[in-house]
Parts: sequence; C-alpha cells; structure tokens
Amino acid sequence: MIWSFLKKVFLVDLFEGLWVTFRNQKTKYIYTEQYPAERPKVAERYRGAPRLNLNPETGEPLCIGCNLCALACPENLIVMTSERNEKTKRKEMKTFLFDTSRCMFCGLCEDACPSDALELTQDFELATYTREGQVWTKQMMEEGPKPTRYTC
Amino acid sequence: MPDATFLDSTELVLNMGPQHPSTHGVLRVILKLDGEKVLGTDCVIGYLHRGVEKIAENRTYAQFSPYVDRMDYVAAISNGLGYCLAVEKLLNVEAPPRAQAVRVILTELNRIASHLLWLGTHALDIGALTPVFYCFREREEALKIFEKYCGARLTTHAFRIGGLQYELYEGFEQEVKAFCDMFLPKVDEYEELLTHNRIWLSRLKDVGILTAEECKEYGVTGPVLRAAGVKWDLRKAQPYSGYEKYDFLIPTRQNGDTYDRYMVRMEEMRQSVRIIRQAVGAIPEGPVMAKVSKVIKPPVGEAYVSIEAPKGELGYYIVSDGSTQPYRVRVRPPSFVNLQALDRMVRGALIADVVAVIGTLDIVLGEVDR
Repeated sequence: MIWSFLKKVFLVDLFEGLWVTFRNQKTKYIYTEQYPAERPKVAERYRGAPRLNLNPETGEPLCIGCNLCALACPENLIVMTSERNEKTKRKEMKTFLFDTSRCMFCGLCEDACPSDALELTQDFELATYTREGQVWTKQMMEEGPKPTRYTC
Repeated sequence: MPDATFLDSTELVLNMGPQHPSTHGVLRVILKLDGEKVLGTDCVIGYLHRGVEKIAENRTYAQFSPYVDRMDYVAAISNGLGYCLAVEKLLNVEAPPRAQAVRVILTELNRIASHLLWLGTHALDIGALTPVFYCFREREEALKIFEKYCGARLTTHAFRIGGLQYELYEGFEQEVKAFCDMFLPKVDEYEELLTHNRIWLSRLKDVGILTAEECKEYGVTGPVLRAAGVKWDLRKAQPYSGYEKYDFLIPTRQNGDTYDRYMVRMEEMRQSVRIIRQAVGAIPEGPVMAKVSKVIKPPVGEAYVSIEAPKGELGYYIVSDGSTQPYRVRVRPPSFVNLQALDRMVRGALIADVVAVIGTLDIVLGEVDR
C-alpha cells in the first residue's frame, strides 16, 4: 500500500519507462539515415544510373558498337548507331541514347554487354527538371553520373 | 436480413476504396450495408491493370522476366522463380544444384519479408501501431541481403532462365545465418505483442471464417487454406527447386478464422528460417547457370508450373509456338483467386471486420490486376 503510494509520488514507473527509452538510444539501434547530408551506402551490385565505361588506360570507349544492349532491353529504350572506322577496321559507336525515364533497371543490358562497357552504377539520383533531361546521350553516359554533394 | 420495423430503411451502398488505406493498394469494394452490417460486397478490380500477360506476348522470354517481379512486388523473387521454372520446363533444362539451393534461400527469405509486410500492415489495419515498425526493421535486413545479392531491393530480377545471373557475394552465407539467428527471437517478440493481446483476439477470433470445403470450392490456396485445416503446400506436394531435400513442417490450424491465418503465417516464418538454415549450410559447389543458349527458343509446346508463393499457389502457364517470344502467358496469381472469397467471408459481419479480412487475405493488387 505504502509502497505503491511512494511509487506514485516518486514517479518510479516513469523512470522505468524512460530507462527503456534511453537504453534503446544506442547508435546501433538507430535506423534513420540523414539523407542528403549523409548519403546512404548502396550495395556494390546496385543497379542505378547507367554509364558507358572508358578504357582506364587509354581513355578510349570500351563500347564496340554491337547493339546487343539495345536488343536485350525489354523496353527498347537504347538507341545507338555505329560506324565502321576505316583506319582500324573496327565498328565504333557514334550516337547513343538511353532513356532513363523508361528504364526499370533490370540489368539485362549490362548482362548482354560483351565488353563491360555498359554498366549500371551505384548512383540513384536520377530526377531532372525536364523530360528531355531524362534521355541521356553518349557524352552524358561516358562522363558518368555526377551526384550532387550536399553539405549541411 | 431482418424486416424493417418502423422505418423504411433501404440498404446503404458504400464505396470502400480505391483510395482507402486498408485496401492495400487500389482495391475498390462496394459494400451493401444495413447499418453497420455487411449484406454483400462487390470487388472492383483493375485499377492497377498493366496488361502483363499481353506484354509477355511481344517480349522475348528473357525480356519478360523483369515484368513478373512487378506483379507481386512484395514477393518478387517468388514470382521470378515461378516464371523461370516454367520456361525451364519448356526448354527441358534444370538449374544446377548450386543455383537451386540459392533459389530456395532467396525465396524463403522473400517469404519472410512478405509475411513481415503482411503482419505489419495487418496489425496496423486492426489498430496495433507498434508491430509495423518492428516488422519493417527486420524486413530491412532481408532486403539488404537482396540488394547485396542482385542489386535491387524490391523488384529484384534475381533469377535468370536456367539458373542465376549473379554468383554469391562474399559473406552471403554468414549474413544469411546471422539473419536467421537474429530473426527467430523476433518472431517471439511479435507474438508477445499480439498473440494473447485481448484486443487482437477479439478483433480476429471467429472473424471471416472460411471452412476447408469453402476454401476448396473457391480455389483458395496458401495460408488461408492451411488455416482451415487442409495440409496442402506445393513445396511438399510437388517439390520444385530441390525442396524435397529440406525438412520442414506445414503449419495448419483448424478454425479457418482470421486469427488462425495469423498463427499459420507466424509459424510459416519459423519454418522458412528452418529451411534457410538447412539450405545455407549445404550450398553445393558448381556452376550457377545451366547450358541455355543466349537466344531462348523453346520447342513448340506448353508448360504449367506452380509454386508455393507466400500468398498461395502461383502458377505460370506458357504456350510456346517455337519462336523467341511466348505465344501466350497466363498467370494464376494467388491473390486474385483468394480475393474472391472476400464476399463469403464478410457477409453478415461488420465494416470493421471487412478491414480485418482484407488484411488477412494478404492481397497485393499488382498481382490481382496484373
């Protein structure tokens, strides 16, 4: 009787509850990500913005203009033209259009690429202010996505 | 319906949905009401119709596989497995044992993720706000494994026809084992919150009863059928992808009410963990891809493969005319078939029970409408 009265006066239950609350304040229990100040770490295999890789040694495009990615795409959103280079006798990709607004990031294009040129990267910020901005050209694809760094 | 005594009361028709939060998407239920009592329901579906089956007819076999992920988007891996198995049956190839083991692990993880989403939203519909946070916390861990494995969390496109596209990443087995160890106590935690909760019991007990005979009449499958006492699980009945190697139980209950379906799903999550533990301990070495030509051209014929998706029997019926594109793809989605039992389950019940019953059927409208 007295014990329960004292419990009420000294707010024992309240502190017990608060103890549970504060016990769960450890950083390993915190799941909120402070985006955009802190960018979430996506997996290495994440299928995000597309990129056309260049040969890291020579800086030449790895694309061999085979059109396999365009054929593999379920949405037919890759349109490319290629031309035969008379000097090297090789096919070279001339224009490349990738419509990210229709892309569902299934990864079939990068699977189809025989030269590891086309790759879906870890960048996920694809929003643009215009519809036209969603269609990526060869130049944009080769430069790769340029994610904005926010500082807070 | 009792006769009107002193007021000439006509029945009230009320629209529930398509924007109602507890219809889990865009289901529209036209309720015929007598006060609070439901006299009949009419489901209007098709708000999320994208013509997936028609899309299949002008895509190649490989190109269609990302689309199946978008039907039941909370269990995309199960959908992908069913489709791949169907095309593999057409081609008469079998995935290598390593691929089969990985497929089992991922589909069972997906079953857990799907059941967790169901539990969280179902409890939220009933009014229990807490479980959804816990469920999503654990679901996140499963989705992280998917993301690390195949690069996407929800519409995974994890499997390819003939096996797997991706080799396991480093530390996959440890992470899956850690998930299992972490997850089992959490199921007890959810049960502690809900199973003996008085409000939970009074909202779920004897609500939306569907007996075994009715289940069979409607063609209802999955946990709804098993809660009515029918021991039917395609993983046991017609094992696919090497399920016959694993030792697990089919949880069943007797009453077939909403509470039993809850209990069956909780037990299923435990059994899934059991399967994952067995599978992850014994992933065979070897290739992950069977010999499948780059251009998939199955012989003329047809194949029907059904698997036990988290929501019930998911079937794919594919007709091939010998070209690179399927002649016809028909999907037998569990949600679509289960949804038709809604009317039977809520007739005579109250509006609040409709919410509970829609939740317990575990429908995904992407799959209902296709």
